Amino acid sequence: MASNAEHPTGHALIERSTTLLFVLTLLVVLIGGLVEIVPLFKLETTVQPVPGMRPYSPLEQIGRNVYTREGCYTCHSQQIRPFRDEVERYGPYSVAAESMYDHPFLWGSKRTGPDLARVGSKYSNAWHLAHMIDPRSVVPVSIMPAYAFLKDRDIDVDGFGAHMRALRDVGVPYSDTMIAQAPADIRAQASGEETEGLLARYPKARLGDFDGQPGRVTEMDALIAYLQVLGTLADFSQATPGEGS
Amino acid sequence: MDAAVTWAHAARSHAIPGYNEAIIRRFTVATVIWALFGFSAGVIVAAQLAYPQLNVGEYFTFGRLRPVHTSGVVFAFGGNALIATSLYVVQRTCQVGLWGGSRLANFLFWGYQAFLVIALSGYVMGITQSREYAEPEWYADLWLAVVWLTYLAIFVGTLVRRREPHIYVANWFFLAFIITVTVLHVVNNLAMPVSFVGAKSYSAFSGVQDAMVQWWYGHNIVGFFLTAGFIGIMYYFVPKQAERPIYSYRLSIVHFWALIFLYIWAGPHHLHYTSLPDWTQTLGMAFSIMLWMPSWGGMINGIMTLSGAWGKLRTDPILRFLVVAVAFYGMATFEGPLMALKSVNSLSHYTDWTVGHVHSGALGWVAFICFGALYYMVPRLWRRPLWSHRLVEWHFWIASIAIVLYITAMWVAGIAQGLMWRAYDAFGFLQYSFADSVAMLHPYYVIRLIGGVLYLTGGVLMAVNFAMTLRQPIRQPVPARAPQAAPATAS
Repeated sequence: MASNAEHPTGHALIERSTTLLFVLTLLVVLIGGLVEIVPLFKLETTVQPVPGMRPYSPLEQIGRNVYTREGCYTCHSQQIRPFRDEVERYGPYSVAAESMYDHPFLWGSKRTGPDLARVGSKYSNAWHLAHMIDPRSVVPVSIMPAYAFLKDRDIDVDGFGAHMRALRDVGVPYSDTMIAQAPADIRAQASGEETEGLLARYPKARLGDFDGQPGRVTEMDALIAYLQVLGTLADFSQATPGEGS
Repeated sequence: MDAAVTWAHAARSHAIPGYNEAIIRRFTVATVIWALFGFSAGVIVAAQLAYPQLNVGEYFTFGRLRPVHTSGVVFAFGGNALIATSLYVVQRTCQVGLWGGSRLANFLFWGYQAFLVIALSGYVMGITQSREYAEPEWYADLWLAVVWLTYLAIFVGTLVRRREPHIYVANWFFLAFIITVTVLHVVNNLAMPVSFVGAKSYSAFSGVQDAMVQWWYGHNIVGFFLTAGFIGIMYYFVPKQAERPIYSYRLSIVHFWALIFLYIWAGPHHLHYTSLPDWTQTLGMAFSIMLWMPSWGGMINGIMTLSGAWGKLRTDPILRFLVVAVAFYGMATFEGPLMALKSVNSLSHYTDWTVGHVHSGALGWVAFICFGALYYMVPRLWRRPLWSHRLVEWHFWIASIAIVLYITAMWVAGIAQGLMWRAYDAFGFLQYSFADSVAMLHPYYVIRLIGGVLYLTGGVLMAVNFAMTLRQPIRQPVPARAPQAAPATAS
């Protein structure tokens, strides 16, 4: 191999010392990440507040967990880019505040299927149900897997408080009331019968018996409730064009 | 560690410890088995995209199997290959056995396989963090952290007690890969478990910051796991098989420091035009373009090592695997910065072009350099002649045709997708529905599937070749290559 004796350089010092090589390598690989990541937590302009954003309702968050579990993000993005065609196809481009309560983010990296950042309220609950049971019954050329089994899987309604506490630990502002009311809120949202406070706690939440099975709260209810809220919360009526970046 | 100490250490231990080859044999066998597993998973998910009826029930859907494929090839096949080759290289270039003895090495082996089984079976059951290439949940991550630090300890411990004054260049890259993956793994997997007896956790970060942390991780799994580590393989096995010294020592120094410094910055190019702040996107793009230089520096250093030995490419399929791998590295690292340009990315992002790009790197560079290293190591580790060189030729050509089919299909598919999404008709309306673009993809998905099947076939030929090699009689009881009296010469 290359003999260093023929090429005396200052580098010989480094490559003769495991400690030096180790420490310098560690320092060199840390710089880029520090410069790019740390300011995102410090600069206020990173996430500019948008009226209307709120944490997910318990049923929506359960639906989000189903979305994560099934790997929906492997084929669907949730991030509309500021291009004319994307804005016309999907709606206003995504802004940072819209994913401020997303642990984890689900922006995705591939559109084998369409973007879902603003899919909420675009289709009826019945369409979503039919689409999940057999995607090709409503979109003949779809290559999406069927998720009929979701309507046979009941949700652990009473156990979700622990999830909300974990989310609160990482920064989602769930109040004690929200956590205490979670079982009632889940049942109410999935039955379509408003109970006191659900819409006050979670404005614009879509209520309904999403899976067509009264009396049951299934993962199908949760997933459709989640899809129906996507992109519907942010209120851009106050925003003026050209403001911010 | 000071060289003088090394010499003192060497002088103290009169009995030169033998190399631990048993552990490398284990990792090598695991590499071949996981290769077939990962390629098969790839064929299955490719088939599911072409024929959606193949998504069966709850456990056998694309969404759950895609990470089985990606982790299967990156961490199972690639990871085992990296550990096998790095332990092979570090012992020979340090002229000393592994630090920590065989028990620690065995723990590394079984610990790593246990991680893979836990992670991969979890995906099928729907246990995932959804972070691409970091899908395993918190308990698997903690376990991997323990195993990975063991790997770091073994590697560094072996470097420290080397009998060579200099640390060989391949080991710089292996060391940078192990250190950086440790940092990436720990930060990107910071999460709050719901319960210590449950699988589910929630990421410590949200939205924009979470996206940036994840793609800092994701891109540097490409940069350090799939690049720096495999560059380490290149720096040992290419000169060995070509029987030529590395082209340029200086270039390897510049290329090493530039590569590890610049790569870390490139993550934001996965988030162009998203709600990540523009300044971060611009930094990511700028550093991605700068990466051209060290990437090509490495490629030139690898390929030019063949100076004066080009003729060997005609007759030596193992060297051909290694060199074509480096050529694919050059191609993939040319395409990468191109796709990191915001204007190009606006077309390529979210499409199958990205998938094609990844696979020109994964199939052409990462796997080919692995195949070359495996064909080099197996006869030496088992001290038997390779059963069939003809079969290596077949493997090479079948795999090469497979790559061409795969990446050309994905280029056409991806660019067509991108163009259809942004196409307007004469009246100023969007010309195609999203479904139109899905329907258009079918033939390309079928061609990609054929490419995948061919690539898997090549892998099967390799496995057969190795299985038959192991049944060969030991031809020459070669004495262990441990140094006897001349520790000053690199192996």
